[in-house]
Amino acid sequence: MSGQVKAGYARALDIRRGRVDLSHGGGGRAMVQLVRELFARHLGNTWLEQGNDGTVLPPISGRLVLTTDSHVVAPLFFPGGDIGSLAVHGTVNDLAVMGARPLWLTAGFILEEGFPLGDLDRIAASMARACAAAGVLLVAGDTKVVEHGKGDGVFITTTGVGEAHPHCTLSGSAARPGDVVLLSGTLGDHGMAIMSQRENLGFDTPIESDSAALHGLTAQLMACAGADIRLMRDPTRGGLAATMNEIADQSGVGVLLDEAAIPLRPEVAAACELLGLDPLNVANEGKLVLVCAEQAATALLATMRAHPLGRAAARIGGITTDANHFVQMRTQLGGCRMVDWLSGEQLPRIC
Amino acid sequence: MKYIDEYRNSALAQHIAAAIRNAASPARIYRFMEFCGGHTHAIARYGLPDLLPGNVHMIHGPGCPVCVLPIGRIDMAIELALRHHAIVCTYADTLRVPASDGRSLLRARAQGGDVRMVYAVDDALRIAREHPDRAVVFFAIGFETTTPPTAVAILQAAAENLHNFSVLCCHVLTPAAIAAILDAPAGEAPQGVPLDGFVGPAHVSTVIGSEPYAAFARAYRKPVVIAGFEPLDLMQAILMLVQQVNEGRAEVENEFMRAVTPSGNRKAQALMAQVFELRERFEWRGLGEIPHSALRIRDAYAAFDAERRFELGYRSVADNRACECGAILRGLKRPIDCKLFGTVCTPETPMGSCMVSSEGACAAHYTYGRHKDAQASAA
Ligand code: SF4
Repeated sequence: MSGQVKAGYARALDIRRGRVDLSHGGGGRAMVQLVRELFARHLGNTWLEQGNDGTVLPPISGRLVLTTDSHVVAPLFFPGGDIGSLAVHGTVNDLAVMGARPLWLTAGFILEEGFPLGDLDRIAASMARACAAAGVLLVAGDTKVVEHGKGDGVFITTTGVGEAHPHCTLSGSAARPGDVVLLSGTLGDHGMAIMSQRENLGFDTPIESDSAALHGLTAQLMACAGADIRLMRDPTRGGLAATMNEIADQSGVGVLLDEAAIPLRPEVAAACELLGLDPLNVANEGKLVLVCAEQAATALLATMRAHPLGRAAARIGGITTDANHFVQMRTQLGGCRMVDWLSGEQLPRIC
Repeated sequence: MKYIDEYRNSALAQHIAAAIRNAASPARIYRFMEFCGGHTHAIARYGLPDLLPGNVHMIHGPGCPVCVLPIGRIDMAIELALRHHAIVCTYADTLRVPASDGRSLLRARAQGGDVRMVYAVDDALRIAREHPDRAVVFFAIGFETTTPPTAVAILQAAAENLHNFSVLCCHVLTPAAIAAILDAPAGEAPQGVPLDGFVGPAHVSTVIGSEPYAAFARAYRKPVVIAGFEPLDLMQAILMLVQQVNEGRAEVENEFMRAVTPSGNRKAQALMAQVFELRERFEWRGLGEIPHSALRIRDAYAAFDAERRFELGYRSVADNRACECGAILRGLKRPIDCKLFGTVCTPETPMGSCMVSSEGACAAHYTYGRHKDAQASAA
């Protein structure tokens, strides 16, 4: 920011020791100072700096894709990421799996009174890195402060705008019996990274979140066989189980997964075992589920495996005819069982 | 991890499955009860029934601690939270168990009760230390597995003089419940529950050992094979049960030798004996009152007994009339025999306790086995 603006403040923001207080959300000078000295320092660009109530963006040639997502996570910082990068990746991925090229983001912050400015600074810096890596710009933002005890440190809502791929007709209702299900890598890394931090499970090798932006991978897949891709999804909350049940419901089909083919890190499997959780229900933040026509499966799988985010990609099952829209899984032992939505919250078992 | 993989090896599973098929005589039906909810969950999750021949049936038992908790006991915990304004700490599943008048601990929390989910009794102790001005009650449920930690917590609270901590003790005992099932009350089923043997609990047996099952294996002439929670443990145990039945034996065998010894964990048993004594009677959800089937806190630690401290009375409350939990816990009926299953009663809106925990018979069937019902009705 320009030195001229800076001179208007009595004292610069004390990012190292300062804390968020109610005045930072009050719409007054303190709020403008927070935005300029903290957020804009990391995330500033010509759009954001217009400082108007809205941002005027240039026209684009294709169709617009719009998405929005709120991010709440505890702890805010975890191995492999933090709420800032997560808020960017989550929204970029929602656009990417729609077959869109992500362009712009907006971010709304709800801060809790007393939150350390140093942590907020780290979060803003991390968002800036994630935006740069994903090639998107943050073009508008908002900050509110709630009283101490009424928030969980920081909540971030991000909205994303992207441009649809010219041939993009991706829809959750497009899966057909005979189609193939591909998964871009190991399951449950994000959820178990969070949970093992929360429960203080001191593992020898800490589990890292898989939080990552998928737009590069999805763009290559669209280029490889866009017309044969029926749909893509990122299996976040509710994990693969929720994603496959959504697809089965929307498309009016059944799904048969093959447990032995589903990639899983040994440390994630062990942590799930310890807490009595099913990795199929655990959240991911950088994984892609793709349903495609059988004839394109081999090429798409090869494209996935050639990409850094898809090295462990696998063909994990297929779409079936099923009037009940059940998701079933052939277990490693050769039995068959249902894969249901999670009921309530995913909770460790007691016995 | 390698440790786990060894017990999930598919080729080995097929091998044991073939051995069970060879051993099981086509001329008869084998009915085995897996007592423990952990086994019910594992059988459903790994799709084990698909590996068994059609004449070998697995029947769910009452070994899910959440499922057997009677309504009146949950009412007591709710009373502690709402009327006595205590901080009630308990395991997650317990929060959702339906209590009387459509209540639950989760609803009590929404009404302003301070109900907290903990992973272990240690968390409740910590909360008590952090809130010296509030009464903190640990709602203790579970079989012999979870009992020693509760005993340790009470001893710890006594040593620290932690006056604001107490325990609502609802710990129950496995052998008493198995005996109660075999002593099926007259009128329930003319010839009692038709069972040919038991898969004995894993974790419980690491504490109590294999000896406590010997008496009724002899008395009731039912074989017991103690098994671990891995799918191959279960398959192996089923094979051992089939062989015992074929040979007319009724012994206690131990498949889970890597963790269970005949006499169990003596130190844990001593801790339990120091803090707890047998209750005269205790009501189980679905099974009714069973004598000497649960524990209470000894007089020496009365200060840490929430029942005495808050003068809580126990009032028995009957289950929903249409709910078949009782018959299911006894092995007399299957989840789909209940009119409420999958319509009124689902994991999101449980009517009976068997639908609450993933170890409950109804929840396990709903989550993992519903496709079978569809196949059966289509056929
Ligand atoms: S379906 Fe629900 S009401 Fe019926 S027996 Fe099971 S838990 Fe009880």
